Amino acid sequence: MSGGHHHTAEPAPIERRVAALEEAMVSRGLTTTEFIDAVVQAYENDIGPMNGAEVVARAWTDPDYKDRLLADGAAAIAELGFGGPEGEHLVVVENTETVHNVIVCTLCSCYPWPVLGLPPGWYKSHAYRSRMVREPRVLLAEMGLELGPQMEIQVWDSSAEVRYMVLPQRPEGTEGWSEESLAAVVTRDSMVGAARL
Amino acid sequence: MDGVHDLGGMHGFGAVDKADDGPAFAADWERRAFGLAGVVTVLRGHTFTPARAAIERMAPVHYLTSPYYEHWLTATATAAVELGLVDEAELVERAGGSFPLSRPAPGTESALAVAPPYGRQRFGVGEDVRVRDISSAGHTRCPRYVRRHTGTVIRVNAPTALPDLEAATGEIVPEASYCVRFRAEELWGEGEGWFHVDLWDSYLEPT
Repeated sequence: MSGGHHHTAEPAPIERRVAALEEAMVSRGLTTTEFIDAVVQAYENDIGPMNGAEVVARAWTDPDYKDRLLADGAAAIAELGFGGPEGEHLVVVENTETVHNVIVCTLCSCYPWPVLGLPPGWYKSHAYRSRMVREPRVLLAEMGLELGPQMEIQVWDSSAEVRYMVLPQRPEGTEGWSEESLAAVVTRDSMVGAARL
Repeated sequence: MDGVHDLGGMHGFGAVDKADDGPAFAADWERRAFGLAGVVTVLRGHTFTPARAAIERMAPVHYLTSPYYEHWLTATATAAVELGLVDEAELVERAGGSFPLSRPAPGTESALAVAPPYGRQRFGVGEDVRVRDISSAGHTRCPRYVRRHTGTVIRVNAPTALPDLEAATGEIVPEASYCVRFRAEELWGEGEGWFHVDLWDSYLEPT
């Protein structure tokens, strides 16, 4: 049982606390600096919204893949080699002319890591987490996305093990484009539902 | 627990700062904190539940005023101390100042607002369900804003560990969860849109 709350002294600067924990764990052989570097580098270099964009581009160009993606998101992203923590129970929700989907985590910061990487600061903010489940249309407009009155809003709170990703609508004027060109126009925010393409 | 982390529907947090959109890690200490959290998660058997529970036990003012990755650091250090992997005095000494940890976990009895039998799957797609009035001192993934409200099951999820029980006792008991769809009027008395929350069977009761 920790007694941390009994301390009244000024907390050490955050850099020193992080270093203290790392040194303590490394000195006991619980981990290595190299292992920590590898974990971090995977999320800085290999795991990010470019993965989700590839999934979306495939769904736009291959109707059978899209059906599989909407039926079982985790299995369909695995076909493209994506998976891992926070992606084992992936559900993909589809935007249409009359439905707009948006994802949030009111309790913490759950996010579909294998396809979108780590979330941006605003997704983790108190304001986004508190307001998206109460006034999504107002909040989205403040964030730059004005939705027409015909648009029904569907909010997905990642409260259990399911992680959500939005399948944006394919923009007009992209007929005949390659998957690679299509993936290049898919933004992270469009897969969160904070923007439309 | 009825903590400050349970933000759904709260007023007063103002505008979302869309410009807070930088790289995954803004500083090197954030990288290290994330990596260390990964290490402890692996040591605990690849579950995020103890870390989430430890973040929720942070003193409320500390939670609301500290940067995001300080939550991870605090939870990771708390877990490492509670598991006996490192000791608190050593952390304080190495840091050269105090090292605030999360508050102690509540006793098992007050921690749990769910009760056996666990592991059930009582509901099906299309059924209306009511969210129980869950209010425990311990970890739960039943957000306050859906308590006592009625929604409709639109998906049955594969059974996964009931987090309340895992956090309180360490027991892993897989249980079905459901995607439950709520109308804005049901949750807030007004407004528009549909709100979907994934809820374990133990959180629900028949209407």
